[in-house]
Amino acid sequence: MLVKRADFMRQVRQFFYERKVTEVDTHLLSQFGVTDCHLNNLTTEFKYPLASGNRTLYLQTSPEYAMKRILAAYGKDIYQLSHVVRDDEIGRFHNPEFTLLEWYRVGYDDIQLIAEVSELLVEMCGAPETKVITYQQCFIDHLGEDPLTTSGVENIRQQLVEQPALTDWMSKEADESTILQVAFSELIEGKFPAEVPVCVTEFPKSQAALAKIDLHNPRVSRRFEFYYQGVELANGYNELADPAEQRLRFDQDNQQRKQLNLPTQPEDTRLLAALESGFPACSGVALGFDRLLMIACRAKSITEVLPFSIQTA
Amino acid sequence: MANYSTSEFKGGLKIMQDGEPCSIVENEMVKPGKGQAFNRVKIRKLISGKVVEKTFKSGESVEGADVIELELSYLYNDGEFWHFMNNETFEQVPADAKAVADAEKWLVEQDVCTLTLWEGKPINVQPPNFVELEITETDPGLKGDTAGTGGKPATLSTGAVVRVPLFVQIGEVIKVDTRSGEYVSRVQK
Repeated sequence: MLVKRADFMRQVRQFFYERKVTEVDTHLLSQFGVTDCHLNNLTTEFKYPLASGNRTLYLQTSPEYAMKRILAAYGKDIYQLSHVVRDDEIGRFHNPEFTLLEWYRVGYDDIQLIAEVSELLVEMCGAPETKVITYQQCFIDHLGEDPLTTSGVENIRQQLVEQPALTDWMSKEADESTILQVAFSELIEGKFPAEVPVCVTEFPKSQAALAKIDLHNPRVSRRFEFYYQGVELANGYNELADPAEQRLRFDQDNQQRKQLNLPTQPEDTRLLAALESGFPACSGVALGFDRLLMIACRAKSITEVLPFSIQTA
Repeated sequence: MANYSTSEFKGGLKIMQDGEPCSIVENEMVKPGKGQAFNRVKIRKLISGKVVEKTFKSGESVEGADVIELELSYLYNDGEFWHFMNNETFEQVPADAKAVADAEKWLVEQDVCTLTLWEGKPINVQPPNFVELEITETDPGLKGDTAGTGGKPATLSTGAVVRVPLFVQIGEVIKVDTRSGEYVSRVQK
């Protein structure tokens, strides 16, 4: 397994070397965390207060903000293969510390980047061509409902209530994004063909994360996700470049955090400053490196592909 | 009783669901990269014995159940209750027919059973995996049959009926697997 892992890292670097994408390695400890209410930073205390007065440092859940600051300054294609850390995540597909492959392509839209992810899967896992489908079409095909309309979401919620395991929760769930996410995980994802990578595009605006809103259809965003062999593998965006819109998304996340009784997070002012200084039109994607290795090795659990899991670390 | 958050869920944890004490059999955390995390949980209801699946939103809390398991030896039945004793404290615990249920036919005096108690009252009695019981009734077997092909029904001293090989006779003691209700062997007296 260690040899296969080493070989995989070499192949990734070769893939990007051939495409003239520069490797970067940004910090793991940052003075800022993420606002996304479904991600939790682990924190640590530095002995000496920094110039900003900060002592609490956030272990990064992804190198996204740091890489975007490099993009704003450097303006060229970059990739990173590095460890990231997320609190509250442990299970068959989760270890709190894991390896993420993240890359950004300047001048690419999401469609071009989807094609490149697909090429990576062909080269590294011998995968067949990726099947691309919109989020809306997934729901129509499998549940017969439109997730972009209020009545559609209500009907989807009803379908979830009919699942005995979900009755209690879904009878009282009012949040549209939560309803759609649970329906997607429990009623749709499992129906994707295992042997073909599936890329789901045009996530609803409420789940845009850091993706641009579609110019022609403001109900959806230019966010995409890859699923392969029952594994959620990669998440990408046609990247949001507008600092005002970015600030608004930070605010919305913190509003939602308040509603969920979660602590709010300070917004990363350095990312906002970088966007204000000018940010290239680009698309980026983050892919779970360990999960890719799991697929290639047909591993049942992430612990099988890690040198040491958190239980033995 | 304490409340447990989904992050504390693990196999064997006792929680209340639908007014019934339950034991968690399996807990799987599901966490989309961007989105609400949840726990897919398999739960055994300790009174009905039913195993159900339930999905909890991560971060939710559920009430714990005051459930303990004790190893107690079986004493006697007074017609209404089956009495068990703690061999260390000599404390006696009566279990009713609902708790004893199917275990009744495997209860042998002095045998150590596992009792599940909810709020101090027995809700389940688990007999030992193997018990030794005397045959009180069975048809005489065919002479010379030692292969045990087919077998025949035999009634044991507790009223349990098991299939035994043809050569086994009334008055003999046999070993039975209580989980399957199957004959294991003869026991030399």
